[in-house]
Amino acid sequence: MGKAKKEVDLLTASALRKKRKGKIEFLYILPFVLLVAVFSYYPLWGWVYAFFDYKPPFPLEWKNFVGLKWFKSMFENEVKIKQLLGVIRNTFAMSGISLLFSWFPMIFAVFLNEIKCVPFKKFVQTVTTLPKFISWILVYSIVFSVFSSTGAVNQLLESLGITEPGKPIMFLQSADNVYFTQWLWLTWKEAGWAAIMYIAAITGIDEELNEAARIDGASRMQIIRHITLPSILPTYFVLLMLNIANFLSNGMEQYYVFQNAFNKDKIQVLDLYVYNLAFGGGGYSLSTAISILKSIISVTLLSVANKVSKLIRGEGFI
Amino acid sequence: MAEETVKKKELSERQLEKLAAKRKGPKYKTSIGDKTISVITYIVYSLFAFVCVYPFYYIFINTISNNDLSKRGKIIMYPEGIHFENYKSVVDLPNLFHSFEISVLRTVVGTALTVIVAAFLGYMFTRESLWKRKFWYRFVVATMYFNAGIIPWFLTMSNLGLRNNFWAYIFPMVVSPFYIVLCKTFVESVPKELQEAAEIDGAGVLRIFWSIIRPVIKPILATIAIFAAVEQWNAFRDTLLLVTDDKLYTLQFTLWNYINSASSLKSVISSTGSSASAAATLAHAATTTSVRMTVTIIVVTPIILVYPFFQRYFTKGIMIGAVKG
Repeated sequence: MGKAKKEVDLLTASALRKKRKGKIEFLYILPFVLLVAVFSYYPLWGWVYAFFDYKPPFPLEWKNFVGLKWFKSMFENEVKIKQLLGVIRNTFAMSGISLLFSWFPMIFAVFLNEIKCVPFKKFVQTVTTLPKFISWILVYSIVFSVFSSTGAVNQLLESLGITEPGKPIMFLQSADNVYFTQWLWLTWKEAGWAAIMYIAAITGIDEELNEAARIDGASRMQIIRHITLPSILPTYFVLLMLNIANFLSNGMEQYYVFQNAFNKDKIQVLDLYVYNLAFGGGGYSLSTAISILKSIISVTLLSVANKVSKLIRGEGFI
Repeated sequence: MAEETVKKKELSERQLEKLAAKRKGPKYKTSIGDKTISVITYIVYSLFAFVCVYPFYYIFINTISNNDLSKRGKIIMYPEGIHFENYKSVVDLPNLFHSFEISVLRTVVGTALTVIVAAFLGYMFTRESLWKRKFWYRFVVATMYFNAGIIPWFLTMSNLGLRNNFWAYIFPMVVSPFYIVLCKTFVESVPKELQEAAEIDGAGVLRIFWSIIRPVIKPILATIAIFAAVEQWNAFRDTLLLVTDDKLYTLQFTLWNYINSASSLKSVISSTGSSASAAATLAHAATTTSVRMTVTIIVVTPIILVYPFFQRYFTKGIMIGAVKG
């Protein structure tokens, strides 16, 4: 009897000791947990600004509480509705074109894999992934150099007689083809990198499978169609779902660096609009209201995409 | 049983066929279609490579060519009238060297902290004994999937006194959930016995982390370091939103200013240009184009130099990320 009690005591003592140890270990990570709380969770409190009439230097006061005024004001008159619709149209166009061409990195990877000369393959892979690692400012500077009125592209067009001398195509300073050119810069920067994921997936295909198909007399295109593509479709599917989840989040940096007086109506996507509203016009509260709506829709999209993924593949990506 | 033998038979038949195919010569039949595909692939990929390489080459040859020709867009394929005045004059630009220092500083300090914290938290979140381990892990990782938006973030940073403050470049990036997930996955693959043996020998948590875990997970740390460094070097939004003091401008932001304020740049050039060398001819005198291109080359060079050597780390990073999602 006494012995048993002693054992129990020992057990609880060790459990207690373990618990204490666990709490001490928690103290080690506490500073970092606090950093997360401050930089990722505390800003959520800032959503209250959407319900106040906030003027930057002054602190929040209850007398400035305006309820849903800013949310309603988005749809209050025709000019505002038109502006918001324009922004939404731009966001949908940019994301839509990206979705439409989302197969490109996959096809890029599939045919890159067909190249038998290894040094050439390595070279192509290296140079096409490099643009991913330079900032949007550098991309802008490079695009500006190459596509400006005296840049290489316009010189080439002129010497080929496609454009008349002195009448260069304004690639950057015009509202024409903004969606297409922005997609072009984005693809230049990201496609090679996105292809690596597919190359990894292709490397994972059992070589026996290809070998067997070859012996059965399959042509290269047949192997690609019936073996390679089906094997990497799951990867494509996951990335597609992620794309859909990020449909409203184009990010602002790319469009910020490329925006100018000529293309502003076409290039303003939601993220950039929120920025321009706040830092251009001082509309802190309104822009917070818009980003709240955006966050809610984005989180919904994310969970829907995750559910779809679970339904089709049996596993989500979160 | 019967099925198995059939399978075996099939296999041996296939092996025979394989051998026969080998004896015949070509591994698989090459049709005209296959060859055409080969040729087209090589051409198309050469074009892709060209599109990615040429812009860098184009800008580089323009920075070392006759500035007058360059300004009129005459330098396309090869440099003409080679000189290095552009690089000399750019060094004298106000702020450029200082912003280079700031960029290097934030990259070194930021990367070091991000990596060490990712490794430490990745390790701590594998420790079963950690108090409410699962909860805190989710607490950290959940931040990957939401953000409060630009204004709340800006106001938070202002409230914390992180405007015009160097630490604004560092603190928000210290805890990086994605890298923590990568580290945790890696630590989980390390045999538990290693830790247990050390624990019996009386080593504490920090000791085990530093002497046992850290050396073992070095490969993943290298990958994370590369990613974090590129992120820091390319960061731009934080300077744009939070910094008005030109002592804290990063190289990216300074380049942005040079691109944007062509007119003010011109006055800077003409003043430094005339004082630097009275004999500056049209061919060597800095233009807005030449300054922009030269600074672009200076900002992009570190990445281009580092990238080919570390490419395998980059590639490894995305593959681990792909597995973990």
